[in-house]
Order: sequence, then structure tokens, then C-alpha cells
Amino acid sequence: MNGAFAFRDSLHDSRVFLNRIAACGIGMIVATVLLVMRLVYLQIGGHEHYVMLSRDNRIKISALAPTRGVIYDRNGEVLADNIPTYTLQVVPARTNNLKRTLASLAELLGLSEEELQRFESSRRRRKGFESIPLRLQLTEDQIARFAVQMPHFPGVEVRAHMVRAYPYGLLTSHVVGYVGRISEAEMGTLDPAAYSGTLHIGKSGVEKSYEEVLHGKTGYEEIETDVTGRPLRSLGAVAPRSGADLILSLDIRLQKVAYDALGEYNGAVVALEPSTGRVLAMASRPAFDPSPFVNGIGRADYQALQANPDRPLYDRALRGLYPPGSTIKPFVAMAGLETANVSPARREHCPGYFQLPGSSHRYRDWRRGGHGLVDLKFAITQSCDVYFYKLALHIGIDKLHDFMAKFGFGQKTGVDLYGETSGLFPSRQWKTKRRKQDWFSGDTVITGIGQGYIQTSPLQLARATAIMANRGPVIVPRLVDKVGGRSGSANPIADDNQPQTVAASREHWKVVIDAMIDVVHSGRGTAKRISYGLPYHIAGKTGTAQVFTVRQNQEYRSLHVKKKLQDHALFIAFAPAETPQIAVAVIAENGGHGGSVAAPIARSVITNYLQSQR
Amino acid sequence: MKFSDDWVDVKITDNRPHPWVAKLHIDLPLLAGLAGLIAIAFVILYSASGQNVDVLLRQAGRLGLAFAVMLTLAQVHPHYFKLYGPILYGAGVLLLGAVLIIGDIGKGAQRWLDLGFFRFQPSELMKLATPMMVAWYVAETGLPPRFMSILIAGILITVPALLIAKQPDLGTAMLVAVSGSLALFLAGVSWRSFLALVVLTGGSLPVVWYLLHDYQRDRVLTFLNPEADPLGRGYHIIQSKIAIGSGGIYGKGWLNGTQGQLDFLPERSTDFIFAILAEEFGLTGCLGLLGVYLFVLARCFHIVVQAQEPFTQLLSGALTVTFFVYVFVNIGMVIGILPVVGVPLPLVSYGGTSMVTLLAGFGILMSIQTHRKLLAH
Repeated sequence: MNGAFAFRDSLHDSRVFLNRIAACGIGMIVATVLLVMRLVYLQIGGHEHYVMLSRDNRIKISALAPTRGVIYDRNGEVLADNIPTYTLQVVPARTNNLKRTLASLAELLGLSEEELQRFESSRRRRKGFESIPLRLQLTEDQIARFAVQMPHFPGVEVRAHMVRAYPYGLLTSHVVGYVGRISEAEMGTLDPAAYSGTLHIGKSGVEKSYEEVLHGKTGYEEIETDVTGRPLRSLGAVAPRSGADLILSLDIRLQKVAYDALGEYNGAVVALEPSTGRVLAMASRPAFDPSPFVNGIGRADYQALQANPDRPLYDRALRGLYPPGSTIKPFVAMAGLETANVSPARREHCPGYFQLPGSSHRYRDWRRGGHGLVDLKFAITQSCDVYFYKLALHIGIDKLHDFMAKFGFGQKTGVDLYGETSGLFPSRQWKTKRRKQDWFSGDTVITGIGQGYIQTSPLQLARATAIMANRGPVIVPRLVDKVGGRSGSANPIADDNQPQTVAASREHWKVVIDAMIDVVHSGRGTAKRISYGLPYHIAGKTGTAQVFTVRQNQEYRSLHVKKKLQDHALFIAFAPAETPQIAVAVIAENGGHGGSVAAPIARSVITNYLQSQR
Repeated sequence: MKFSDDWVDVKITDNRPHPWVAKLHIDLPLLAGLAGLIAIAFVILYSASGQNVDVLLRQAGRLGLAFAVMLTLAQVHPHYFKLYGPILYGAGVLLLGAVLIIGDIGKGAQRWLDLGFFRFQPSELMKLATPMMVAWYVAETGLPPRFMSILIAGILITVPALLIAKQPDLGTAMLVAVSGSLALFLAGVSWRSFLALVVLTGGSLPVVWYLLHDYQRDRVLTFLNPEADPLGRGYHIIQSKIAIGSGGIYGKGWLNGTQGQLDFLPERSTDFIFAILAEEFGLTGCLGLLGVYLFVLARCFHIVVQAQEPFTQLLSGALTVTFFVYVFVNIGMVIGILPVVGVPLPLVSYGGTSMVTLLAGFGILMSIQTHRKLLAH
């Protein structure tokens, strides 16, 4: 190849070459335009979309559960608290060898097969860097034992959680209630954002009815994470707002007195402050330990509670339905005085039974021989049934029903708890509608002594007693005094009811209340045994209710059945009679006579409360 | 302009740089462009490495070596490339074979020969040796190449490409094939022949598919549908697109790119470093970088056009266009219009060998530019 040829050659080739280079240049320009278009598409067109994705990518929102409000009694005793409990958590990705770690932990802490299985199943549903609970409640001993060994367990940590605790357990299981794990059904009705960090929700009692204020506001923390979801640092947090502390009107000391006074009897005691409706004590017996419910009660334990024939889960004070028996007599007397022009001085003959005209059926008086000639006051003091058979018949069921409704019979009290029943005070319309039957005179007769269809809850009875004590003004029972602790505001739902009054003349109140004082303080009163050593008057009324609501399960032993078929003992009272500070209703199931069983319970509640008030 | 683009223009001598620069055989505009790229690279790398100064120092060390290689090669007369090109090529192919055999003896994939002080990747050498070989061959056998020459050139390209693909290093294999093919294309292979070659390559795709390793197949499949496996194979592309898209026009600011700084973006200082730039400097930064690349390319084209011999024309042309392919493939992969083939962003990505090879290529270009004969008619 000589130079001249090569030169010519390259001259010729350079045309082709330059064409090719130009083609490459054009290709490069096209390719560059393609890149730029794509960049524009991504960075301008898709910018917002990708910004969103990038934000989601790096920021994980972690909910910070608020601390639940603490519930205090009126004296500042803690009824529902939050205490730290320690759980053992494992981050699988940080352990050296998960299998060996679990095996060593099982040996160290005595993990059950169930715990290991639960851990395994939740581990499969989560990422490796998430912390999974292994043991829920560590004892101090276990914490100590683990702490010593901790360096040998990378990826295993002890975490503190706040868990609800009820220091008074049985005493408050119904009225304060308890929290439990949020159920699927509840999840559906809740705002998921508000409860995103919360595991528990009020299930009963004050815990349930004041859930909104107790819960507080969920906060959140923005956490930057890397690809694996491992938190790197906190970007900032909105602190959760703790739930409001509640101060109850309840006096836990009095609650204990009431609960203990019931002794072995099933039943309920409700004590109100008549002037305000504040609930001072509200005990139901038997009760149960609320703490297992907080972290999920076992199926077997729950079934045992449910199958218990004494029904400990049942809040008798709020929901129990009992015929009021003779405790209704003062109210029927007021109805007679106010609506039927009955003179307090009018006397009726009590032969020990009552017969409706043209009927041979004898409505018996509790005293076989009868009370002889009785006026209204004596009829209450002696609890003469015949007098009230006649009185009820004289008033008539329609007037009686309407008047008794003013005392709250057959109506909800409006207490700040869920699950209240309205009870029943029968009427003509009710019977036609529900029983498809006409109202008979006999129905009116037995209604006059608190038997038959009539059903009341202990809370209703206590409220009616408080209205009696107030001589008219109607109150609504309230458990929560203050929302937001000592310096908090008054219960916002306390005053939303129009103040109502049972309108009646002063003389009539006086006659009936004097009679109720005689029940306790006269030598012939049915509750005279509780009058000893009282520096003030108790106005009360005994009651004995025939039992027909108890189911006769076959499991019951004959002795047990006999006991179950005994009458309920009731007693209502307020004291001091002239300036009432406390109104009480007591029901002792199968207690027999109100005067001998229920009245002493009421006495101890009243005396304890009034002593503490001085 | 004082001179025309005509390569025989004698006035070219008037544009010669200062005597000392001429003596050093440095092309100043090209050097300036490269310096610009490297400056940008360090800014991005500082961010991509998580503000790791050690990384920057190591990269600077490599850069020093690469610059030394570049300046050394710039001193070498193009004749020597022509002379030693075939030897370099032959040695490279032998080394590739050696790497494969050693890789088989050792465990799995191996791309380098450990020379004690330096891990040498023969595949990188082939990026330069292959176009050199093809340019030498077609220039020697006469232009435009005849059918037999094209066939033999095709074999010269395919052998190293397949050896590299077997390593497996799909990206490098492709770049080697591209650089060789470009030399062939620029030599004046008729469009029809070239098209036939492309069709033939297309026809061999199933064979290539068969040769591919699973992870390579995965990458192709991922390219076709990245969203199918957002936490697995498609993760790179999805995170990369998020980084780029969220950058917007002006970006999130230097060191503020969350995708990169928070480890969401894999291989962020190597293959996906462009996504860091896009996230932190936005479209503006992307266009800026592209602008610098185009400046470098424009100067390279200037050199290509001024080259005086078929060999230097073909070699400089192939190296220049390959450089662009580098840029295009990497950016295309990062922005999701090309499969993830593992090609670094030239001169910006963190890493040694490609840097040396690239600057060596620019050294060759400088040599071609600065060793031109003064032509007289």
C-alpha cells in the first residue's frame, strides 16, 4: 500500500465515513431527545405521583397510643390505673439464630408450647425487622433472670407497655367496668385513625360509657426507615394527648362497705346522694375479677364465668330486675294522697286477706291474723298488704301507672352507664299490647304491693327513694363527677336534663316520710331492729319479693333450689330523714325478710357514710 | 469561524494550542469537558456515598491513575495503536479465556485476573482492543469492506463478546460488541449488509436467551414488567423511577434526596448514580449533565472528523459513539427505558476499571487529534 493510494483511498472513504458519522450523530441526537423526553415525562409529568411514592417510601407513620385517663373515686382513690407491664419481644432479623434463641429462652423463662406457637404464627405474618411479642407479662423475677442473660440474646428485648389495672378488682368490676381488646365488631364502628395505636377499649361500666374522654387523642411519629423497614430516626412526632382523668362520685370505701355488707347474699346495693343524684356506691354481688379481661380472658375462664349459676358478670345494680315488693308502698301511698283524694286518716279494716267483689280468691296479708283497723301511716309502718290492695284498687291502674312513672318506675334513670334496663310498671295498654290480655282488677291489686308484672332495678329503686327524700325534685343518677381530674370541668352531661319535680303537697310528703321513719324508729316498724343507737332518723321501707325469675336449672341441688326459691329481701331508706344525705336501695336475693336481712345492710351503708361525712 | 470543517483545511495549524500543551499532546477542550464531568461526578458521589470522604479519596486515586493512563496514551503515536492493536486484541481474548477457566476452578463468576497489585479485567481491555482490531482489520483489507472482511470482522467482534457474556457480564459484552460493530459500520458497510447483521443478531436472540444466566433473564423480564415484583426484581427500577420522578424540575437539593440518602435506591453510587443526580438536582441537573456529555461528544466528533487515516477515523469514531452508547444505556436503564444491564455511567459512577478504560479511550482520541500530520496539497 503506497501513501498516494492510501490517501486517495481515504479521500474516497472519508465521504462514506462522514456519512456514517453523520448518521451516528443523528442517531445520538434522537437518542438524547428520547432521554430528555423520558426525563420530562418522569420529572414533570409524573412528579407529583413520584413525590407521593417517595414520601411513602421513607416515612412510616407510627401511631402513639394515648395514655388512658385514670379513674378516681371521690376521695382520690385510684379505681382504674395504667401500670407498666413488661413483654418479651423478639426481632427475628436481629437474632443470630432464631431457633436457638427461642430454645434458650424457653428454657430460661419456661415458655409454653402455646406461646411458641403464637409467636411462630405472628412471625410468619410480619417482616423480619418487626418486633414480635413472645411472652406478654413478665414477672419481676423473669425480667431479672433475662437481664442477666441479655448480652447472649441479641434481638431480644423487654418492652414496657401501659396496661389497665383495677386496684379494687371485685369492688369495681361492674360499675367502673373494664377494658378489653378491641373486637372485630368494634373495629367496624370506630374511627380507625383514632384507634390506630390503641389495643384496648372500654367494654363495660364507666370504662365504656366514658370511652370517648378516657381514650384521649392518638399521636403519631414520623419515622424514616430504610429499605428493610428498619427505623433510622424520628422526623418528628405529634404527641398523643392523654385521655381525661375521671373523678367519680363513687366512694370506694362506701362501695366496700356495701359489698361486704351483702355478705354471702347475691344482690345489689345502690347509694345515691339525693340532692344531686351522685352515685355514692353501686355494688353488685357476686362480682368478678376484671383483670383477666384486659389482656384477653381465656375461653375456659370466660365460659366458667358465664355458666356460673350466680351470674357474676351480671350487673344486678344496673340491670337486675326484681319485683319491688312492699318497698313500693310509700310511693303508692303518695299516689293515693295526690291522685285519689285519700285521707291519711281514713282507716281500713285488715282481716288478714282481701277478696275482690264476686271472687272467692283471697289475696293474703303477710300477717295471717291481719292488722285490724289501719290508717295510711300505720299501713306503711306495718306494711299492711290489705290496705294497699284496697288503695291500689281505689286509685286505679291508669292513675297509679302515670303517677309512679314520675318516680321513674318503668323508666330508665338516665344514669351515665350503658346497659340500663327500664324495668316495668304495668299499664292497661302494656298488657293489651304485650300479653294480648285485658287488664284485670286482680292485676291492680297485686301491683299495689309491688308484685305481679312490676319489675324494678336496684338503681331505679334508689332513685325513687332519692326523689322521696328530696320531697319532689327528680334527680338523674351520675357516676362521673368531673372530667379531666381535680381541676377538670364538671361532668358535661350532668345537666342536660330539664330539672323535674314530682309535684305533691308538703303534708303528703310529711305523712309518708313520717311513716317511713316509723318503719325504722317506731316499736311496731318492720325494720325496728336497725334503729338502735342512731343519732338521726332513717326513713325506710322493707320489702319482700316473691321469686319467680330464677331459672330452675337441673344442675341445682335440692338444697340450693330451696334457697333459690326463697323470697328476695329488699330495703329502701334515706337518712337523715329530715335533711337527707344518702338514699339507699338494697336487694338481697333469697334473703327472706327485708327487715331482717336487707335493712341491716342499708343501715351499715348509711351509718358509714354519715359518719365519714361528719 | 476561521476554519471550515473540511479536514484538508490547512489553516488548522492556526488553531493549534499553546506550545506546551501541544508538546503534552493534550486536547484542551476535551480535557475541560472531562474535568467538568469529573467535577459533577464528585459532587454526586459525595451524596451517593452517604458523604463518605473515603469513597471520594479512593475514586480520586483511581482517577489519578486513569488520567496518567490517558496522558500516557496521548503521547503514543496512533501508528502504535495500529501496530499493537491486533496483539492487544489477541492477548485480551486469551486473558478472557483464562479468566473463564480460573473462574470455573474458583467459585462462580469471576471477571478479573488478580495481578497482585491490581485486579485486571480483560473485558475492560477488550472495550478498546476490539474496535482497534476491527478498525485495523477493515482498514488493512481495504475500504469499503468486502463480504469476507465483514464476516471475519463479525467473528472478531463476536468471540470476545461471547466470552465476556459468559463471565457473565452482559453490559460489557454488549458494549464490546457495539464498539466493534461501530467500527465496522463507520467503515462503510452497506446499509443492507448492516441491516442483515442486525436481523441476524435479532434472530440469535433466542440463543442468547438460552445462554443467559437466570439473573440476566430476570433483569430482562423485570425490564418488561418491573411492577410485577416490587420488592424483588423490579425494585431497582421502581425505586429509581421514584427517585427521578420525585426530583422534579429543580430536585430536592444536594444531600437531600431521600431515596438515595435513606438507602431505598440500590447501587446508588455505581450503576444508579444518575438517579441520585435526578433526585437531588432534578431535570435541571440532568440536562446539565447531558449538556456536559454532549460537549465532550461534540469535541470528540470534532476529533473524529479531523482524523486523517481510515484507522484513526474508525477507531476515534467507534470510541466516540461507544462513549455515547455508554451514557445512553446507563441513563436509559436508570430511567426505565432499557433493561438493567449493569453499565456504569461513564466517568460518574464509582468504580475503577471502567474509569481507566474510558480515560484510556480519551487518551487515544487525544493522541489521534494531536498527532495529525500537517497536510499539504
